Amino acid sequence: MKILVCISNVPDTTTKVKFVDDKKKLDTAGIQWIINPWDELSLTRALELKDDTTNGVQSVTVAHVGLIGAEPTIRKALAIGADDAIRINADPSDAYFVAFQLAQVIKSEPYDIILCGIESSDFNGSAVGGMLAEFLGYPSVSSVSGVGIVDGKIIINREIDGGKEIVSVPMPVVAIVQKGIAKEPRIAAMRGIMMARTKPLRVIEPFEVESLTTVINFEMPTPRAACKFIDAENPRQLIELLQNEAKII
Amino acid sequence: MSVLIFVENWDGKFKKLSFELVSYGAKLAEMLNTEAVALSIGNVINSELEKLGNFGAKKIISAVNNSINVFDSEVYTSIIAGFAKQEDAKVVVLSHNNTGKAIAPRLSVQLKAGLGSGVSKLPQRIDPFMVYKKVFSGNAFSNLTINTGIKILTLAQNSFELVETPNNSIINEISIDWNPSSVKTTVTEVQKQSGKILLTDADIVVSGGRGMKSSENWGPIVELADLLGAATACSRPVSDEGWRPHEEHTGQTGKIIAPNLYFAIGISGATQHLAGVSSSKFIVAINTDKDAPIFSAAQYGIIGDASKVLPKLVEAVKVVKGI
Ligand SMILES: Cc1cc2nc3c(=O)[nH]c(=O)nc-3n(C[C@H](O)[C@H](O)[C@H](O)COP(=O)(O)OP(=O)(O)OC[C@H]3O[C@@H](n4cnc5c(N)ncnc54)[C@H](O)[C@@H]3O)c2cc1C
Ligand SMILES: Nc1ncnc2c1ncn2[C@@H]1O[C@H](COP(=O)(O)O)[C@@H](O)[C@H]1O
Repeated sequence: MKILVCISNVPDTTTKVKFVDDKKKLDTAGIQWIINPWDELSLTRALELKDDTTNGVQSVTVAHVGLIGAEPTIRKALAIGADDAIRINADPSDAYFVAFQLAQVIKSEPYDIILCGIESSDFNGSAVGGMLAEFLGYPSVSSVSGVGIVDGKIIINREIDGGKEIVSVPMPVVAIVQKGIAKEPRIAAMRGIMMARTKPLRVIEPFEVESLTTVINFEMPTPRAACKFIDAENPRQLIELLQNEAKII
Repeated sequence: MSVLIFVENWDGKFKKLSFELVSYGAKLAEMLNTEAVALSIGNVINSELEKLGNFGAKKIISAVNNSINVFDSEVYTSIIAGFAKQEDAKVVVLSHNNTGKAIAPRLSVQLKAGLGSGVSKLPQRIDPFMVYKKVFSGNAFSNLTINTGIKILTLAQNSFELVETPNNSIINEISIDWNPSSVKTTVTEVQKQSGKILLTDADIVVSGGRGMKSSENWGPIVELADLLGAATACSRPVSDEGWRPHEEHTGQTGKIIAPNLYFAIGISGATQHLAGVSSSKFIVAINTDKDAPIFSAAQYGIIGDASKVLPKLVEAVKVVKGI
């Protein structure tokens, strides 16, 4: 069984984002790039599944659509424990474009389980996983909070409104993961970092396809009004403000 | 031409978010000079379907098939895509919730229609079609054009006011047939939490962080939530410690919510936490540290020890509610 983890390369989640070029582009100066938090957890879970040899997972591959600047992030995934990596050498212009690239690669080298995150923390698209499954004609399960392998079959936990479901689907499958898939992301050990340098990272040239959407520009959120402080001895006043000023309770 | 709105039902019932979605779709249809068509899949009684008409749906399609008893993204995608073609939909609108996020991207590929996900306003313009959406987990927004003839939008929850525009809507019940073997998802077990207000549905949310010190101190939070008809939530360390269940964790890696009122009690307000709650209309923060970042996101703040403030707050609510 082979697992593919799709990773997106995003600014560290504490980054104070700024834009340049008439607010058309992200100011990348000083940004620390990381593996999208969901993808880091997916990778962790994939490696846990591989560690238990009874599951029969032969390899965990990571794939990324992006330019060479993303290689440190890909190497980090290798250091954490992925066996090999694929980089499709293109600027990820929109989710449709990215999913199409990944689909072409997967068509020529199939995987049994493909893990995507519920969203990238930069553009919050929530799109690539589902699009990829549709391009491939594979089933997809969304809101996945657990993945296990039992008797060679995949068992998935998914969140529904007000509860959980355990579902089974035939492989190959795209699982779109969110909270719960793994507890803490696995951290690269020294040995892993050394080994990552020699693990295979294949670069594939992009496939021709258009993007369906274009980012025109960015805006900063309107700043909230300053906080009104209420005396800790008199919370009654808070309730009055919520009733009369905010009119919400 | 039409704007097609997919409205999910929960055991045959709609929720506030369904009506938000129809209100949004109806306004969008007005902008495009066309009609709003609501699509419901599964068994829903007519009196419930009629409610969609009150928010501006001209036509309500009720697609039924008794073997649709599990949620399978491929099946739902095909059904919606079929009606999108039949109704000559220019825009398909879904909710940015679990179900919408599962279907919309597949639909985008099937219809080769650009996707604007998590939009929070009507399009700024319709030619080119430009939508406004959250990026960087709420730290910025982007204006995005969708360049295809058909567009798919998912609407962020609680971002659009209900607009009642009753009209003479018609209900079309259509029985759909498809091959049951095309349903690839099998549900083997369902665990439902019952009797609780769902975090994603709640108008008011009372949330506690590490400043609450231990799980034993949650009593007043639960009591305050009960009094206000609110859901309870927590920060990530709290669910990691097992003080509260994982379903309650809000933030970038937990649930993303947008209630009218969010109480952040003993929560510092890290960017990853705010990513999940910053779309709340009002935030109330209670924290011992006057410099805690949560106060920059809050409209109302109390600087003080939660263990002392909370009981007083609970008493104040009781007085107001006459309990
Ligand atoms: C990739 C990534 C993703 C993350 N995702 C999330 C996420 O989804 N959700 C999330 O919540 N976090 C997330 N985090 C963690 C986040 O960075 C913070 O560590 C976390 O939000 C802090 O939780 P807290 O505010 O409860 O605790 P703390 O930061 O420890 O804050 C406790 C607060 O309580 C106050 N306090 C102490 N005693 C009292 C008292 N007696 N009365 C009142 N106030 C008191 C303190 O002044 C302090 O402000 C993520 C981190 C990373 C790196
Ligand atoms: N450039 C990319 N390369 C590979 N995978 C990606 C890329 N962008 C997004 N993904 C995957 O799709 C998920 C959802 O991303 P998005 O649709 O961009 O919000 C991510 O968690 C990744 O698993």
